[in-house]
Amino acid sequence: MTTVTVDKATPTRKVKYGSMSRDRTWALRWSYFFLVIFAIFSLTPPIYMLITSLKSSAEISAATNPWWVFHPTLENYVGLLTSNQFLRFFWNSAIVSIFVVTITMLISVPAAFALARMRFWGSAVLATGVFLTYLIPETLLFIPLFKMFAVIGDWTGIQLINRWYVLLILYPTLTVPFCTWIMIGYFASIPKELDEAAIIDGASWIQTLTRIFIPVAFPGIIAATIFAFTVSWAQFLYPLVFTTSTDQLVMPVGIITSLIKGDVFNWGQIMTGALLGAAPPLIIYAFLMDYYIAGLTAGATKG
Amino acid sequence: MVDVALQPNRSAAQAARKRSSLHRMLKRKSTVAFLMTLPLILLIATLVIYPAFYALHLATLNKSMERFVGLSNFEFLFRRETFWLVVKQSCIFAITAVIFKALLGFIIAHFVHNIPAKGQRKWRGMLLVPWVIPPAMSTLAWLWLFDPSYSAFNYTLSFFDIGPIPWTGDPMWARFSVILVNIWVGAPFFMIMYLAALKSVPEQLYEAAAIDGANWWQRIWYVTLPMMRNIIAITTLFSLIVTFANFDIVRILTAGGPLDHTHIFATWAFRIGIEGSDIPLGASVSLFMVPILAVAAIFILRDVNKRGNES
Repeated sequence: MTTVTVDKATPTRKVKYGSMSRDRTWALRWSYFFLVIFAIFSLTPPIYMLITSLKSSAEISAATNPWWVFHPTLENYVGLLTSNQFLRFFWNSAIVSIFVVTITMLISVPAAFALARMRFWGSAVLATGVFLTYLIPETLLFIPLFKMFAVIGDWTGIQLINRWYVLLILYPTLTVPFCTWIMIGYFASIPKELDEAAIIDGASWIQTLTRIFIPVAFPGIIAATIFAFTVSWAQFLYPLVFTTSTDQLVMPVGIITSLIKGDVFNWGQIMTGALLGAAPPLIIYAFLMDYYIAGLTAGATKG
Repeated sequence: MVDVALQPNRSAAQAARKRSSLHRMLKRKSTVAFLMTLPLILLIATLVIYPAFYALHLATLNKSMERFVGLSNFEFLFRRETFWLVVKQSCIFAITAVIFKALLGFIIAHFVHNIPAKGQRKWRGMLLVPWVIPPAMSTLAWLWLFDPSYSAFNYTLSFFDIGPIPWTGDPMWARFSVILVNIWVGAPFFMIMYLAALKSVPEQLYEAAAIDGANWWQRIWYVTLPMMRNIIAITTLFSLIVTFANFDIVRILTAGGPLDHTHIFATWAFRIGIEGSDIPLGASVSLFMVPILAVAAIFILRDVNKRGNES
């Protein structure tokens, strides 16, 4: 078996025998070989997006080699970036994400501070409850929420369904529990002496939070912000259910409902839209990979 | 302060005393803490807990939501063949996808752990890309890769005299495609978690095992796996919840077709509840996710708490 050869030498890497180091070289070669295969598997769809986005519709329907661009063109990008509709989707997505990130941090940072540092009646139960809430998927709640907002609309006349701002109410249910949870972990890892010193110096609890905890736990705040942004940017179910008019849609739903017209798939533009929709999270990931991974692993490992 | 403004006639001393007592109250640790968590509590209560119970209520109404019908929505579902198809498919989908994600993640994590530390960052960065792209966007790319007439996979396979494969047209292949995309999206998450766990296994344990003459397989079975057991359990259960409740991938790739053969709970609930405007029946369908989610959640909670106590 190939895998046997691969790992044979792993644990003995400290031992320097001649045959062992040869085994090690082979193990390395096999590792790289499989990593290349997995990397191809991982990167095929995004690269294929890029390839298709550079093709004209004529070239796509000519069914030439799909893995190669013979006549690269930017017409798809120009077409989308000059279309008011697409820019509207992008704008809606950006506004929703920025607001949701702000709301999330405003709710979850103080709550996490209180739950991590200020023991009060029911705080342990609440912390567990936050974690459980994080485990409730949105697919369980979208139908009652839809009905709830419809009823609110009937009773008070406040129209929430089919308005982009309804997403500002819905998305925090997905982001706040997780962000609170990882912030509890980060806050709990701060030494107790720090806030005791601050309290002795006469700082109020709010001051302790803003002057000490937020600066010290800044990496955690960045990780939580990234998470909140990615979740609200990528969310698909809620906008699909709650918004329908083209001027209220966000990117993922907008691309799918507006670029697919009946059975006509304009694949060049769809792939361009998908790539542009994937760009903001990818760019953030490229620059802040370590924070991204820290947030990802903090969720299940608890600080 | 508010209380001063409200009582302008009181004497200054009284006001000051009153203010200071309110001030003290506001400064009390538990009050401050409660006020800080209040938005969180309100959010969870009104937008998570209330809708969850509202779903229970909705499930007992008739289609026009005027009349209480008890459990007849559930009875209706039990008599429908599609419902049992959806149950079966949800289980197949979640279990197969999670097993393969866990296996693949474990294997990739080992390979990444195997190479020199200098290059690990680069590989990890590349392998995590599927997790970073919004699933709705990447599933579109898969949909295009699976396209019936222009499929790039079929183009490639035709050189090996295979195919054309009806990726999303045939029930079995459609199930395969949906699971494949799910694995593609989810495996990097496992990889990252396992990699973090692998790094935390002390090197001395492997040295001791090597001295005792353990072979490659024994080292994984008796050292790596026990050390990683907790993280494997948490990650798998967590992924089970997310996969079981998946919506984006199935919705975009097949929309439940062909002939309902890839519908899972979430997509079927959407089809019935939102597209078919039968909100009570849709709510009943989505409620069937609760038991399995609850079981997984209880186990996760136990493991997470255990971890907390250990440290």
